[in-house]
Amino acid sequence: MRRQIPLLLTFLTGVAIIIAFFIPHRPFNEVQDILIDWAIIITGFALLLGVHSLLRKHITHIQRKDSGWGFSLILTFFFIGVFVAGIISAFQYKGYSLTPGSSLYFVYDYMVIPLSATMFALLAFFIASAAYRAFRARRLNATLLLVAAVIVMLGRVPIAENAFFKFLTRFSDWFMFIPQMAAKRGIWIGIALGAFAMSLRIILGIERTYLQ
Amino acid sequence: MSIWERLSKIDRRIIYLLLALVIIIPIVFRIPSTVAVSESAQMAYDVLDGLPAGTPVLFSTDFDPASMPELRPMMTAVLRHAFKKKLKVIMMGHWPTGIPLSTIILEEVAQEFDVEYGVDYINIGYRPGAGLVMIQMGREIRSVFDIDITGEPLDSFPMMKPIHNYSDIGLVACFEAGDMGEIWARYAWGRFGVRIIMGTTAVVTPDIYPYLGSRQIEGLIGGMAGAAAYEKLIEHPDKAMIRMSSQAWAHILIVLFIVIGNIGFFMMRRIERIKKKRTE
Amino acid sequence: MNVLLAFLFLIQQSPDSLQSDTTKVIEVVRPAPPTDVIAMDTPNDEGESIALQWTISKDDGDGLNSVILYNVFRAPSKEGPFDYIGTVGAGRTGYDDQDVEKDKVTYYYKVKSQTKDKVESEASNVASAQSFPQWFHHGRWNYLIFGVLFTFFFAFYLSRAKVKGTKLFIRKIAGLDAVEEAVGRSTEMGKPVLFCPGIGYLYHIATIAALTILGKIAKKTAEYETRLIMPNYDPLVMTAAQEIVKQSYTEAGRPDNFNEKDIFYLTQDQFGFAAGVDGIMIREKPGAIFLQGVFYAESLILAETGHSVGAIQIAGTDRVTQLPFFISACDYTLIGEEMFAASSYLSRDPVMLGTIKGEDTSKVVIIAVIIIGTIMGILGGLNIGPFGTWFLNLVNWFTRG
Repeated sequence: MRRQIPLLLTFLTGVAIIIAFFIPHRPFNEVQDILIDWAIIITGFALLLGVHSLLRKHITHIQRKDSGWGFSLILTFFFIGVFVAGIISAFQYKGYSLTPGSSLYFVYDYMVIPLSATMFALLAFFIASAAYRAFRARRLNATLLLVAAVIVMLGRVPIAENAFFKFLTRFSDWFMFIPQMAAKRGIWIGIALGAFAMSLRIILGIERTYLQ
Repeated sequence: MSIWERLSKIDRRIIYLLLALVIIIPIVFRIPSTVAVSESAQMAYDVLDGLPAGTPVLFSTDFDPASMPELRPMMTAVLRHAFKKKLKVIMMGHWPTGIPLSTIILEEVAQEFDVEYGVDYINIGYRPGAGLVMIQMGREIRSVFDIDITGEPLDSFPMMKPIHNYSDIGLVACFEAGDMGEIWARYAWGRFGVRIIMGTTAVVTPDIYPYLGSRQIEGLIGGMAGAAAYEKLIEHPDKAMIRMSSQAWAHILIVLFIVIGNIGFFMMRRIERIKKKRTE
Repeated sequence: MNVLLAFLFLIQQSPDSLQSDTTKVIEVVRPAPPTDVIAMDTPNDEGESIALQWTISKDDGDGLNSVILYNVFRAPSKEGPFDYIGTVGAGRTGYDDQDVEKDKVTYYYKVKSQTKDKVESEASNVASAQSFPQWFHHGRWNYLIFGVLFTFFFAFYLSRAKVKGTKLFIRKIAGLDAVEEAVGRSTEMGKPVLFCPGIGYLYHIATIAALTILGKIAKKTAEYETRLIMPNYDPLVMTAAQEIVKQSYTEAGRPDNFNEKDIFYLTQDQFGFAAGVDGIMIREKPGAIFLQGVFYAESLILAETGHSVGAIQIAGTDRVTQLPFFISACDYTLIGEEMFAASSYLSRDPVMLGTIKGEDTSKVVIIAVIIIGTIMGILGGLNIGPFGTWFLNLVNWFTRG
């Protein structure tokens, strides 16, 4: 029973969505909207599960004084701090909690912006080290990849205005438009079919690992 | 460790240090860069430039502070172009954490021009739902955005009165750090045929090329290079052109490292082969 | 130019105030009205919508070039009264009335053009239509036909595997074969295994595929008594993962080793999540890292950090843009489809393998369509026979809906 009911629900919702795709008539056209509404509500409440998991883990760390419990303390402190700032700002600005001047906006401006930008910026460094390691002309196909990568990299950012760099720019444009796109479309078609097969397996209840 | 082995296994920290220098120096000393205008950025510019004055343009901020260094100069440049061409700007976004950012950028650029809130531009903020929001907007914008970001009803602003759905909007200019761009192409273009130009982070750009290739979108400003190109096109050099210099030298440094790594790799392989032959 | 004027005008004037002022400017020449107005039920919808089409006024972009917009009016009877219902700018040849009150009731429409001096034309001809809801979306035959065809292929190979027990061949997928090796090596080194599901939600098909792979990995970690750590971005994915891992540990006969707290929620901020997972990698130094699911720009940030701590890394995603990053920084990468095939591959269940065979047959059909389309396109481009029209029809058929 514990397995049959979820499988039946999956089958019914899956079929309902497929039917709704082809029938614009009421009530079929409303199926998707209703299910999305439900999903939004469930997701909202699920966040509480996340908060519970996070706080339980870190409060236990602090209580047990596990190694690195100081970090858990900082996390808990900031979690509560930002939460309180959010509530106060929401009350203060009638729901528009991210209005400039609010305490939540302060958090956004001086913490979220610089911290997020820093993490994203790490990408530049990691691309450098990964490219250095990965682009080795081991075999013919690796060599082709390497040559293409170098041309695109130089073509995107010409350091001088001359015929050579103009050629590189045009080549990299061509390369991105034609061969890159051709390969990508191939992978996409494969992925779409894979997703189709997977969906079918899920709807028909053949694939059920995720339902354990 | 032989010199060749060392060349093929450079410590990552050395790479990081040199890269940091190459990025910081051009920014600090404001070394200008040569900017090549890619075909796709030129297309985006031409589309916006071809709109008659007064046409409403919908800007969508689909990024957050993480991608700000790339997308902020880009959106600033396109906004400048829009205000210069006297287009009406409607600002919205699909990423809640990007809305304060879009407000900052919009107000900053608006101050440079003789424009008035509610008459020449408006900020309608964020509504959850992504694709669903786009579909609703295709029928009636007010069904999702009934008020602007300050809580005033849309109809209280003169510029919004005749604007109901995509058929009243000349162009959507969306700035993407994720897959919202594909959703714009799929729903807003796919279902309602609205014209779209897109600005994307360099990471996202290759994902969007197919949509440009099939003309589902009419222009693509890709990454910092695209932003710099746009600054060049509107003849208003700013942050992107300076940051571009860093990026150009960073690319060259990476290419150098790749070349060095390969030299080391080849030499080691040669030495190994010679050794093998000798033992045979 | 007309569009420009239309918008300039529209922002100053609401349609309600238009009609009252027209009497003052009777001296001005009236623009020509739009002609050939047709009304019809909007196709493929739920009803309560009527679509109008017309030929633009002679003075729109031509003639006096004075038209800047069209006003649309609706009435319940031919005689009126006609109420204003909407406006579109010059150059437009259609309007969708989406506020039709009742289906199967005839409504009458007329359209007037208007100049920037608020001068309206005479009314156009009156057109009428009824709206109906449709029982089938005719633009979606393409989806239906191919959907049914592909489903048939799956069903065919599925039943063949089930009934005849035909053994199906599946090529080696190195990344999946390496799962055991990775967990084994981690165990030997006394290090934990890290599984990162990326920043997808439970409704992403790649996340579900990742969870099925997680189930197999959890069985191995349970057998080897190795710790499995899994930070999460979505609380629902976390809950599902906890259940799956618990089940795997039970099946492996080691339910006591399951620690729910090792499958925990981190944050729903993209780079906050990346920072958190990176921190865990640096502190826990896992021997094997699985990056499976939906990844965006954080893919390389995670994979490079994983590489720097010396872990064996097996990645898998359906985000094509992130594949190059994974391929360059990880030991093995499952490319989209391979990831979806993982549960079939690992279980070797003939029924599951049957669906992969079905996938391949579908691919053959798609390749055939692409080749036919290409040939038609080339012949059409060379103006040979009717191929040009055939090609356009083919493209249109596929892009509908």
